[in-house]
Amino acid sequence: MEQRIVNIKIDGKEFQAIEGQSLIEAAKNNGFHIPTLCHFKEIYPPLGTCRVCTVNINGKPDTACTRKVFDGMDVEVNSPEVLDNRKAIVEMLFAEGNHFCPGCAKSGDCELQRMGYEMGVAYTRFPHLFEERPRDFKSDRIFMEHNRCILCRRCVHEVKTHKGENVFYFQNRGHNMLVGIDYEKEKELTDEEVIRAADLCPVGAIIVKGKTIAKPFGDRKYDSDKNIKWIEGKELDIKIPKDGKKKIVATTSLAGCFGCHMSLLDIDLGILDVLELVEFNKSPLTDIKKFTKQCDIGIIEGGVANSDNYEVLTEFRKKCKVIVALGECAVWGGIPAMRNTIPLKDCLEEAYLNSISSENDENIIPYHEDIPKLLDKVYSINDIIKIDYYIPGCPPDAEHIWKVVKNVLFGAEEKVAYTEFKYD
Amino acid sequence: MDMTEIRNERTQLLNYLWDFQNQKGYISTSDIRQLSVELGISWIEVEGVISFYHFFKRKPTGKYTIYLNNSMVSEIKGFQKIKDALEKETKAVFGGTDPTGTFSLFETACIGLSDQEPAALINFKPFINLTPKKIKEIIDHLKKGGKIEEIEDTPEDNIRYKNDKGEPVIFRDYKVGDTVIKLIKKTPEEVIQSIKESGLSGRGGAFFPTGLKWEFAKQSTSMQKYVICNADEGEPGTFKDRAIMNQLPGLMIEGMITGAYAIGASKGIIYLRAEYRYLKKKLEDTIKKFYNLGLLGENILGKNFDFDLSIMQGAGAYVCGEETSLIESLEGKRGGPRTKIFFPVEKGYLDKPTIVNNVETFSAAARIIELGSDFFNSKGTEKTKGTKLLSISGDCKKPGIYEIEWGMTIKEMLELCEAKDTNFIQFSGPSGTVLTKKDFNREISGEDLICGGSVMIFNSKVDVFDILTNFSNFFINESCGLCTPCRAGNYLIGKRLKRIRNNDATMEEIQEIKDWGKILKDSSRCGLGKTSTNFITDAIEKFPELFKKKALKHKEFDLSSALNDYYDYVKNN
Repeated sequence: MEQRIVNIKIDGKEFQAIEGQSLIEAAKNNGFHIPTLCHFKEIYPPLGTCRVCTVNINGKPDTACTRKVFDGMDVEVNSPEVLDNRKAIVEMLFAEGNHFCPGCAKSGDCELQRMGYEMGVAYTRFPHLFEERPRDFKSDRIFMEHNRCILCRRCVHEVKTHKGENVFYFQNRGHNMLVGIDYEKEKELTDEEVIRAADLCPVGAIIVKGKTIAKPFGDRKYDSDKNIKWIEGKELDIKIPKDGKKKIVATTSLAGCFGCHMSLLDIDLGILDVLELVEFNKSPLTDIKKFTKQCDIGIIEGGVANSDNYEVLTEFRKKCKVIVALGECAVWGGIPAMRNTIPLKDCLEEAYLNSISSENDENIIPYHEDIPKLLDKVYSINDIIKIDYYIPGCPPDAEHIWKVVKNVLFGAEEKVAYTEFKYD
Repeated sequence: MDMTEIRNERTQLLNYLWDFQNQKGYISTSDIRQLSVELGISWIEVEGVISFYHFFKRKPTGKYTIYLNNSMVSEIKGFQKIKDALEKETKAVFGGTDPTGTFSLFETACIGLSDQEPAALINFKPFINLTPKKIKEIIDHLKKGGKIEEIEDTPEDNIRYKNDKGEPVIFRDYKVGDTVIKLIKKTPEEVIQSIKESGLSGRGGAFFPTGLKWEFAKQSTSMQKYVICNADEGEPGTFKDRAIMNQLPGLMIEGMITGAYAIGASKGIIYLRAEYRYLKKKLEDTIKKFYNLGLLGENILGKNFDFDLSIMQGAGAYVCGEETSLIESLEGKRGGPRTKIFFPVEKGYLDKPTIVNNVETFSAAARIIELGSDFFNSKGTEKTKGTKLLSISGDCKKPGIYEIEWGMTIKEMLELCEAKDTNFIQFSGPSGTVLTKKDFNREISGEDLICGGSVMIFNSKVDVFDILTNFSNFFINESCGLCTPCRAGNYLIGKRLKRIRNNDATMEEIQEIKDWGKILKDSSRCGLGKTSTNFITDAIEKFPELFKKKALKHKEFDLSSALNDYYDYVKNN
């Protein structure tokens, strides 16, 4: 059949495309990128599950992967409204699952994570659900980590035995939906096919047992923007409430590991400039234990896991004009929040009663009025107080921290590069 | 079950599963193994289909399976009392079976008996207007070994109003074959022209022009086309299709024959929701009668026109009312909506051109052929033609079916059904819109307030937050899970609503729900997700005072409650 050429418009630019092509493909052929997550190749019918590629088509929202181009198609991909909607969907996925990037082998090669970087998702507008989902070790070669699964349908659609039978299939529905594995059919796959299934997974949900996929930092697919052409040189805006003559800084580490403070020191020589211009008040760096005056910036590392963290944090809010959440734990709970899916009772018993103690028969749960009391879960600092700026990362990139500090102190407006925005 | 039966049709999976479910009360692991071998599909696929549908069980159930409707109308009519009475009399706990293995109790979404609530299905037989006393009698009867058929109820049609100011379209005298006799005298083109001229649009709630849909399907040159009747009336509060199928099953079937004739289809399927299983026999008998009269089968009324009709039963999934989900379900799959890269009129059932229309749409189409498009389009408003069946329930004296002419005001409607002290109307179902006193002078029509059929009325004694929580739970349970916004969004909104109820959300957090609703509306995969937040965003708009009262002035972290777990634990140890 003869191919008919149609004229389409994307963000005001005119392009030509072959009639009947999907909008995603047509845009790609014209060098125009529409972000996608579930879409990995042209499939008919398309998967259309993640909804990240929602755009405006002649004024109406629809997904680019499920629409064929037609003459006069007028598409909005990067209008503020469409961008925010797209970002919201990615945030929803982060809030829905349990995505602990620093503890995930797929980190750096994960498409959801990359999507977060690409869109500058520093925190989610939706509260994290922290609901425990199963981890399935039953199959011979695959470990299925449902906490990370985003239900994109790729494996369900693509991974079949040589007889064409499904190895993966959706189970249950709605909030309880998950991807089940057919343990017997999995045996029929070759080792290469199993590895291909894991590679096909955009996140770290399908893990091949006994195979390390973790690569050194810097070598991973999405560490730099060289593998993601369309975001080369793209930078994110830092928007911090400006205040001209700020000079006093306080920092603290709540339920964190001090790694963010280490990263702070990684500013290198910049730290000397900082010392010229600012005065540190309460901070582990100065060992000043109590606030002696009102401060301009409070930099908080770590989430809120106990009553002491809470006291310190509320004190910071009172004493500091601008509060910066530094690192994953402060932003949304991070690694300590791994306990959020488990009842506190179970955590305490596992840690203090069921584990080996240095003193024989001394397995007790510590309790004293001077010991901070554990909260039912680890809260992000945003759950407790108002936050002015978020710096993600575990630890955050030193350059990113430095830019934020410079911005708050001197009003310098710099952009954060792709490589400076990290979750691990 | 006949074990020698050969099960080799993948599309019949739902029927095979129903056989197991009906025979044994559940589907066992060995049944699944057997099916997977026979059909040449993996067991995980069979498990996936089973776990999608609410009425398929993987664990044994009792001799009697009781599904009690938990819709909002049921709630105001005494759901909790009936639930307690059932647990007391059967000694079973909801979600499980009693120790003797006699009774299993489950909650279920609206079963299409909102005019006769509280209602339940016992082994899919209807039981209406339940009271604790009646529950005791039913359970005693069954315990004594009495037959369920001896005590099952016959739901009333409750047709309260037949466009008394003019003439009804649907609920008027019906004579078998009147439509088909006129139909075969016309060409298919003329039939489509008549439907187009009548202005008929999809009565299931989408209001897509019926004539246009049929024309698209006709244009396809495919040799095989399908006509599907959507009898999966699942929108809470609607029951009009139940009344049509009970009273005028022939009219609906003549509508399907009309559709088949118009588009050139030779096969039709009625997708009947499992909740309406008690109507199946009547439909089957009518189909049989039609075959005997030469109105179905080969060479209908001597004309070179063949049309076969069968019935397929759903298995409990609201989303299957969405036409592409319904088609997936008919093909024996999980009932998830398809992407709209193809419309069913291009690639529908088994990838063949298919028209899917609602029970009421087919019935109206039959009347248009019988009575003429002028008869139909002389009724209604300028832009919305004909009549509409409303299923009215809740706080009113005369719940039931009202065949109204488009253009009636809400006030007139409330007077007709004798509703008093009306505070909250859920109009066109939970996916529709919320109306309050301020809306009473508005008109029911495409120009103003369109309605798929469900009208639930609540007076000022009903807690608005009870209504919202009920609807929110409904959408959380019924979201298919395929797309992110509907799956995660509805769940997140449910959690936020709970916090609002507990006076634990700020006004800002309440308003945020409206932004979240927009995300679902813009990016969900199908109509379920797109409309699932209407009720709550409307309520926030229309009951500002109520939300203001609930809102926290200042957000303050509740340290003491976050410490409860810890103190409780150390105190006890």
